[in-house]
Amino acid sequence: MKFGVIVFPGSNCDHDAYHVISKHVGQPVDFIWHRDTELRGYDAVIIPGGFSYGDYLRAGALARFSPVMNSVKEFAAKGNLVLGICNGFQILCEAGLLPGALIRNRELHFVCAHVNVRVESTRTPFTHELKPGSLLSLPIAHAEGNYVCDDQTLAELQRDDRIIFRYCDAQGQITDEANSNGSRDNIAGICNRERNVLGLMPHPERACEDLLGSSDGREVFRSLAGTLAAAA
Amino acid sequence: MKAKVYVTLKPSVLDPQGKAIKHSLELLGYEGIDDIRQGKYFEVALDGSLTEAKAREQAEALARDVLSNPIIEDFRVEIEK
Repeated sequence: MKFGVIVFPGSNCDHDAYHVISKHVGQPVDFIWHRDTELRGYDAVIIPGGFSYGDYLRAGALARFSPVMNSVKEFAAKGNLVLGICNGFQILCEAGLLPGALIRNRELHFVCAHVNVRVESTRTPFTHELKPGSLLSLPIAHAEGNYVCDDQTLAELQRDDRIIFRYCDAQGQITDEANSNGSRDNIAGICNRERNVLGLMPHPERACEDLLGSSDGREVFRSLAGTLAAAA
Repeated sequence: MKAKVYVTLKPSVLDPQGKAIKHSLELLGYEGIDDIRQGKYFEVALDGSLTEAKAREQAEALARDVLSNPIIEDFRVEIEK
């Protein structure tokens, strides 16, 4: 199995994602520059965190027009796996691969903290090895992580089990206090209808080593690798 | 020719920045402010040989496709000769 990490001008978690795939998943991984368009040969693509195009206009708004994004759309349409983390989630929403949008945090500040998220669905290639309802301690670092969508989209996400992670307190309760950015329904991560594209604001790739405060993020990558191994 | 493009959050979308600005103004003693919504303003210089209708069409297309995100924002275009 082979992974690709897309690099936009301003991406800054690309090396973290690369490190996790090569060291913890133990699989080949390439950086893919945003002007490249060839995704043949890859089994999964990660759109990493950072500040693509300096977050100019809106977070993720300009990255969506990079040449690689048409290839990512085709790649996803074929059922391949796409994981968007933080700025990657914002880009996937702007590109229309995921519904809704991420706006300024409710409290306006850039939030940099370890938060708890609850695993709401294990019915994705990225979470099937996790326990339903289990808690992950993951870092967040964003100013525009406040997930918004219209009522109809929210109802659809809820009905189709497409809310994958929600912000919760240390006991796993979904509370307003635990909602670090004001996201609708405490949403921290969602998937597309076909369940092969996942976007989340927290950073599992920055939580893969105990030295960094948590290794809970590894389970996401273990699930991802497990899915690809089973398909191979 | 110039296109002025105003991009604003849809009324249904909360605007935490607008709220913070309103709060600050109130702290400063400004009175009678019911609400503030923050938006973006773009000036797009267009080819002067375009007809007004064509210029509007082009400005609306770029406002819809790039400058705004239709999920959360509305836009309005004014053409100035």
